[in-house]
Amino acid sequence: MTRPLMRPPRKNPVLRTRVPTLPPAARSRVTLGLTAGAARGRFELQVCRDCGTVQYPPREACHVCLSRRLDWREQNGAAELLSETTLWHSNELFYRERVPWRLGVAKLDCGPVAVVHLHGDCAPAPSRVRVRAVLDRAGQATLIAIPDKDTPNMADDRQLREMTCDPKFRKVLITDAKTALGQALVEAIVAAGAELVWAGYAESWKKTPGFDRLTSNPQVSLLPLDLTDSRAVKDTAGEIGGRVDILINTADHHRNFGIAARDGVETARAEMDANYFGLLRLAQEFAPAMRARGADGQSSAVAWVNLLSIFSLSNFPPHGTYSASKAAALSLSQCLRAELAPAGVRVINVFPGPIDDEWNQALPPPKIAPARLASDIVDALRGGAEDVFPGDIAQDWLARWRDNPKALERELAAMPR
Amino acid sequence: MSRQRAAYDDVVVTAPVTVPYVRYSIRGAHWFLAGALDELLKRTGVSKNKLDGLCVSSFTLAPDSAVGLTQHLGLTLRWLDHIPMGGACGIVALRRAARAVQSGDADAVACIAGDTNHTDSFRLNLATFSQFARDAVYPYGSGGANASFAFLTGYYMRTYGATPEDFGKLCVAQRANAQSFPYALLKKPLTLEEYLSARLIADPLRLFDCVMPCAGADAFMVLRRAQAEALGLPYAGILSTIERHNAFPDDPIQYRGGWALDCDELYAQAGVGPQDVDVLATYDDYPVISMMQLEDLGFCKKGEGPDFVQRNSFTVDGSFPVNTSGGQLSAGQAGAAGGFLGLVEIIRQLTGQALGGAVAQARIGMASGFGMINYDRGLCSGAAILAARGSMP
Repeated sequence: MTRPLMRPPRKNPVLRTRVPTLPPAARSRVTLGLTAGAARGRFELQVCRDCGTVQYPPREACHVCLSRRLDWREQNGAAELLSETTLWHSNELFYRERVPWRLGVAKLDCGPVAVVHLHGDCAPAPSRVRVRAVLDRAGQATLIAIPDKDTPNMADDRQLREMTCDPKFRKVLITDAKTALGQALVEAIVAAGAELVWAGYAESWKKTPGFDRLTSNPQVSLLPLDLTDSRAVKDTAGEIGGRVDILINTADHHRNFGIAARDGVETARAEMDANYFGLLRLAQEFAPAMRARGADGQSSAVAWVNLLSIFSLSNFPPHGTYSASKAAALSLSQCLRAELAPAGVRVINVFPGPIDDEWNQALPPPKIAPARLASDIVDALRGGAEDVFPGDIAQDWLARWRDNPKALERELAAMPR
Repeated sequence: MSRQRAAYDDVVVTAPVTVPYVRYSIRGAHWFLAGALDELLKRTGVSKNKLDGLCVSSFTLAPDSAVGLTQHLGLTLRWLDHIPMGGACGIVALRRAARAVQSGDADAVACIAGDTNHTDSFRLNLATFSQFARDAVYPYGSGGANASFAFLTGYYMRTYGATPEDFGKLCVAQRANAQSFPYALLKKPLTLEEYLSARLIADPLRLFDCVMPCAGADAFMVLRRAQAEALGLPYAGILSTIERHNAFPDDPIQYRGGWALDCDELYAQAGVGPQDVDVLATYDDYPVISMMQLEDLGFCKKGEGPDFVQRNSFTVDGSFPVNTSGGQLSAGQAGAAGGFLGLVEIIRQLTGQALGGAVAQARIGMASGFGMINYDRGLCSGAAILAARGSMP
C-alpha cells in the first residue's frame, strides 16, 4: 500500500536546485491522437470503422483488415496485468533520477497489449488493473495502470505524482480570492492538503461577502495583488515568486455587452486588462521562477491554472467583448504552455460554462456553482489532463464545437440575449 | 501444403571473419564494415574487383545504406542487399545470398554486419528504434531491451517455473566458453553465485542477464563449392534455413518465437533431427530467449527448457555445446554483428577453424537468429542448419 506522503523538510538553501529533465517527448503525429484525448482526461484509442478492432500502439491502418479509417474512441481501460518489471537502470536522465521505476505489460479487455507505468498498489501479475491515459511531465500522453479498486493514499504514489499536479504539501497562489469562485477555491485547495495558500485580492476598499472568513484559516495568507498594475505584480513576484508551486489565475473581469450595446472601448479595455494583460503580467513575472523549479524536490513547481471560459472557443455575442478577452487569454496560454513545457510545469486551462454569479444572473440555468467549479479544478490538478471543461454546459458546447464549430457559431448567435 | 522448397545444392559458406570487438569506438560503422570486407577478401583470395555480391547489415551506417557503402568502398556489384533485421540478419543474409549464388545472379556474396558504438549511440538508437518503440515503449522508463526482456522473463518464469539458477547456468557456461575465445570482451570468470547476486537492472534481470553493447563486425562469404575448392577454402554446406516475421501476433506476451512455426520444416529439409545437432548457436542477448530457442527449435518441449538446462551442460566439452565463443553475453553485442556472431562461430566449428574451444567431431551445426523488438516482442526469427564438408549430401 502507498505510504502517505510526508510533509517535506525545509529546503536546504545551500544545495543546488535540480535542473528539470523530461521523459522522452518525441511521438509520431498519429500518436498525438492519444495526447489529444489525455489532454481532456480521456483514454482514447483508435477503433477501426470497418471491422471494429481496437488498435494500440497508434497506427495508420487497421492491423486486421488494413482499413485506414480509424477513429479515436474512449475506452474504459479495464485490463489484465500480464507481466511487470522494476527498472533500476535507465538510459534517460529523467528516469535515471527516479529509479526504481515500476512498469507493466497489460492486456486491455478491448484487445490490445500496452506497456504501462505501474502504480505501486497494483498487485503482482497476473492481476486486474485499470489503465488510464494521462499527460506526463513532457506533456505527452502516457498510460499508467492503477489498481482495480482504489487504495488508501493512492494519489501519493511516487510515480503517479510525477504525472499529476496534486496540491498536497504544495504552495498555491490564487490570484483573485474575492470572487465566490476564488473563495471556494481557497477552501478546496486548503482541504486538498496544500501547505500554504496565498489568497490574492485587489480593491481592498470593496467588501465582498465571505472574504473575511478566509483570514481565519492558518493555511491562508492574504496578499494584495492587482493584476492590472504591472508594478504590483512584479513586486509580489519578487516576494513570493520563488515559492509558488501552483499558480491559479482566477482573474475574471466580466461585463455583459456585445458591440452595439455600448459606446467606446473602456469596458472592453478593462476586460482585456484583467483577463488578457493580467495573464501576461503574471506570466512575465512568475513563470521564470517556476521554470527554474520544475524539479525542486517532492513539492516542485508543477502547474499553472487559467480560468478561461467556454466562450474562449466561440464568441457568445451577448457577452461579446468578454468572450474576446477570454479568447485572447486562451491564445496567450498556449504560448505560456510552450514556454513552461521544458520545465515540466503543466498549464491547465479551465473552460467553464457560465458561472452562477452576478454577471451571469440573466442567463437561464444550468450554470455551474462556484463550489463545484472549485472542486473540478482540484480534481484537474490531481488528474492528468490540461484542458478541463467542467459542468454540463461546457461539456455540451465542447461537443458541439468539436462536431461543427460553424454550427456552434450560428447557435450562439441565435441564443436569446 | 506449400510446394517443396529447393535444396541449396552446392552453395557453401566460408571464411568466418570477426573484426575485434571494442566497448566504445570513435570510428564510424563504415570503418568496421570495411575491416570486415578487407579481411574477408584477404582470407578468400577473391579480389575486390571480382566480388560481385554484397549483403550489409548495420544500425549505425545512417545516413548511408548498402548503396552508399558501394561508393565509399569502391565496389562495383551486380547484386546488393541491405538487411535491417537486427539479430536475425545473419540467417536472412545467408538465405538471400545462397539463393543469389545458386541462381547465378552473383558468383560470390560477401555478407558483412557491423556497427560502431559511440558513448551515446546506444541511447540514441534506442530512442528512435522504431515508430512503436518511440511512441509506446521508450517514453516508459527508457529501459530499452532490458525492460522488454524483463517482461518476457518474468512471464516465462511464472508460467513455466523457470528459476534464476536455470538462466544462470546458461550464462555461466557461456562465460566459461569465452575464456579461450580471443575476441570476447567479457572474460572475467563468472560463478553462479556471482550471477545470482549481481545488481538488479530490470527485475528479474540482473547484470549478467544483459548483453553489453559494443563496436565490431562479423562476416562470411557465400559461393559455390567448386569455387571454394579452387580457392582452397574450408567450407560448410547449407542443409536448410527458415525465417519468419511477426509470428503468433495473438499471443498476448511472447513466450515462443517464429521457430515454433517452422521448426518441422527446418529439420525435414535438412534431413536431420534435433538429436543430430552437434553444436548450437542461439541468439542470446538475454538468457530467456536462449531458453525459448531450445524449446522452439525442438531440443525439448515448450516449458521443458528449464529441465533441459539442468540435465545438460553447455560448455564446449559439455553434453550440448551452445554458444561456444561465449555468445553475445560474453563476447558483446556489436549491433547488427550480434546477428552474425553465432552463425560465424558455427562456420568456424564446422570447418575446423575454432578460435577458442573446438567441439569434438562437430558435423552438424545450427545457428539461430532473433531480432527487432519493434514494440513488445521480437519480430524476426530464423535458423540455419549447416553441415561440415564430409556431412554434406
